[in-house]
Parts: sequence; C-alpha cells; structure tokens
Amino acid sequence: MNWEAFWLTVRLAAIVSTLLIAIGIPIAYWLTYSRWRWKFLVEAAVALPIVLPPTVLGFYVLVALGSRSPFGRWWESLTGHTLAFTFEGLVIGSLLYSLPFAVQPFAASFGAVDSTLLRASASLGQSPVQTFRRIVLPLSKAGLVTGFALSFAHTLGEFGVVLMVGGNIPGVTRTISIDIYDQVQTANYSSANQTALVLLFISFVVLSIVYGVNRRAWAVGPWR
Amino acid sequence: MMRKLLTLLLLVTGAFATAQEITVAAAADMSAALPELVTAYTKKTGQAVKLSFGASGNLTNQIRNGAPFDLFFSADEQYPQQLIAEGLASKDTLYRYAIGRLVLWVPSGSPLDLSKLGIQALLDPSVKKISIANPATAPYGRAAEATLRHFGIYNQVSSRLVVGENISQAAQFVESGNAQAGLLALSHALAPAMKDKGRYWTVPLDAYPTLNQAAVVLSKSKQQDAARRFLEFLRSPEATLLLTSYGFSLPAEKR
Repeated sequence: MNWEAFWLTVRLAAIVSTLLIAIGIPIAYWLTYSRWRWKFLVEAAVALPIVLPPTVLGFYVLVALGSRSPFGRWWESLTGHTLAFTFEGLVIGSLLYSLPFAVQPFAASFGAVDSTLLRASASLGQSPVQTFRRIVLPLSKAGLVTGFALSFAHTLGEFGVVLMVGGNIPGVTRTISIDIYDQVQTANYSSANQTALVLLFISFVVLSIVYGVNRRAWAVGPWR
Repeated sequence: MMRKLLTLLLLVTGAFATAQEITVAAAADMSAALPELVTAYTKKTGQAVKLSFGASGNLTNQIRNGAPFDLFFSADEQYPQQLIAEGLASKDTLYRYAIGRLVLWVPSGSPLDLSKLGIQALLDPSVKKISIANPATAPYGRAAEATLRHFGIYNQVSSRLVVGENISQAAQFVESGNAQAGLLALSHALAPAMKDKGRYWTVPLDAYPTLNQAAVVLSKSKQQDAARRFLEFLRSPEATLLLTSYGFSLPAEKR
C-alpha cells in the first residue's frame, strides 16, 4: 500500500470537490433559472466530461496548457514552470473532469425547490440572491452533499487524464490509480490488490453516503 | 436493429481478419520503424500484420495474462528471456533484431548547446523537467536511469524527472514542450514526426547496459509459421537497411 499516493489522491479529491462547490453553485444557479433559449448548449457543454474519453481531456490539457499555447506561456511567466507534471495541473484537469458530477446534482436540487416558496419570498421583498441563500440553498442540502461526494469520488478514481499529464512523479502526481496501474504492469498483484481494495471500500462508503442522504428525496438516483 | 447488424458485421469481418493476420506486440521505440517494415512486408507477401505498441514490460505482462499476440518485439532481451523461461515463447525463435540507442533530445528552440555540454546540459537551470520512460516497465527508462547514474548526476536531476508510461509518451512530453529535455530513443529522434523539431546528443554506449532488442515468437500463437516468416524477413538486407536508417545498429556490428 502506497500511503504517499493515497494521501496525495485524497488531497487532490478534497481540493477539487471543494473548489467545485464554489464554481459549481453559480453555474448550477444559472442553469436552473436562466431562460436563455440556447441554455441547452451550455448544459451539453457542462455534461461533456461524462461522455468524453479522458484521453481527449488529457490531450487538450497537455496541448492547451503546454508552453506552446498562450495560456501555457502566461502561466509559465507567472510561476516559472508549465502546468503539466504539477499538482496544480492535476487540479485543473480534475476540475474539468469532475465538473458535471457537481453541477448536475446541484442544478437538480435547485430545480426541485417549490417555486411557490420563491414567489412568496420575492413578495416579502427578498432579492433573488437572498432568496437563493435563505430558501434554495438550505432546501438543496442533499444535492450539495451529493455533488460534493460524487465529484470527490470521481476525482479519486481519475486515471486517464493523470496518466497523460501527470508524469508519474512520486508525491506530486503519482495518484493511487496510477500506482495501481504500475503495480499491475510490473506484476505486483498482491500490492495492487491491497490498494485496489482500499479504493473499492472508500468508493463504496462515499456512494453509500450519497444514496443515504438521498434516500427520501430520490427513488433511484440523484440526477434528473 | 441497427446495432445488431453492426455487431454482426464486426463479428464477421473480425473472424476473417484473425484467420490471416498476425498480431505483433512491439516496444514503443519501434513505433516509427516497424510500420514501415510491415508496409514493405505486406506489399511483398500479402501478409497483413497488426501492430500493438507499449512498454516492453507492460506487453510482457499482457502476454503473461493471455494477450493474443503472435510475435513480441522487446526493447531488451530480458523480457523475451523471461517469457521463454515461463514457457510462453519459443527459445529457438529468439532473435536480436537490433541494438537500441539512447539520445538526449531537446526541442529546436532550446538554447542548450548539446554538442558542447553533452549530458551536463541537463544541469542547466532552464531545464525544469526531464522526461524519461518508466524504468519499472521500459528498458529505455532503465537505460536513462543508468546513464544519469553513470555520469553521476542522478541525484541532482531526480526531482526534475517526469516519467512517461513508455518511451513514446516520454518523447511526446518533450515534443509538446511540456518538458525541456528528454532521454529518448534514437529511433524516435530520427522519425519523420520528430526529425525537424529538435536536436539530439547520442549517449555513449558505455553509459548504460546495451539495449539488445530481441524478438520472439509466442507459444500460444496459432500462426507459428506466419510469425516465423515475418521474423525471417527482419534478417533480410531490405529490413536491416530500414532499421539502420532509424538509428538501430545491428547485432553483427556490435562493438
């Protein structure tokens, strides 16, 4: 069991899922309440990482964030190094990779709030932001927990993007899934087995939390 | 309905394909040279050859777990020897088809003067990341590590090493500009895709254990004869000429 890789991965997943709360709530808010007729295009774009192979994402991160791209050059002049092969690079890749797993449960729970409550709040003189903060957010607790937990678990299990942009550096970018891959490729099956079991157990616990939290709100799953 | 038809189509064409094709698992450093060899061979004999590239260690592990390959081109000799010892490959087919060379490669825009600095170029502060192949599974990765130790700079550069899953990915890390230097295969440095994009310095042969690249026919192959014939082609002047054009030296001219 490679504890360095384990804690690195937990740290990555915790940072990414926390950031996704901050990034995901405004996006989900907009997706829920916007009446823009092309909104469905944004919805499709947000859902892309669910269907795209991680290799596509990895390829774009490597090329678009590399030193040949304007963004890559800007980042390099700022920090002195490229984004690939760094922990920050993994955070950015994972944010994209796990975005829909946070935004979709958020948006679903916002949309499930009874609209008469929103009208009542407005008629009592509350601004939309106050209504959102005092009515929608508290009523969406289950969706927020779901989005946080799912994006955490999804980042925990990330493999393809990390394989492509990580560079397998111990303590920096060697995540637990890469460690398992290396163990299997070098035929250390018992070591791979231990690590895989730990990951299996944690994933089960996280998903149990998700379904436990939602057992009254949804019959089957957290999505619309 | 549509899906069923497609599945059927795939099954049918798949069945025909496996009846005549041979499938070759090959070390990633062969990813430019081998397709050319196959094109020449297919033109000559009509024999179709499917190629599957990876780190030699990964491929060995896949073969152990029943991957349906007929032939295995390793980037060293140890992996084929292991497979022979395990009864998974035929000893009499073992053939050293080439000797691989390691190079230090930098992109064209790099300010480093490789011919003057040699391996010491890696100590330049502008080199933030150095890509190598994974030493656990790739012979070129082990050669890279051995080279850095040979020149006594391993401890100075180890924190800047980034590890590609195989030597092709290591090449791609530098080629894309994400790493500033790499210890790569000469066969990649000479390949059309990278030739004009950078400069290289050939690591002297005494810096790392010789990369005796060996090929072997796998015991589980149902096309032993076809596989042996392709291996035979590798000894032909046409094939050896092509291999030398990719920087491989031949076992006979071993110094």
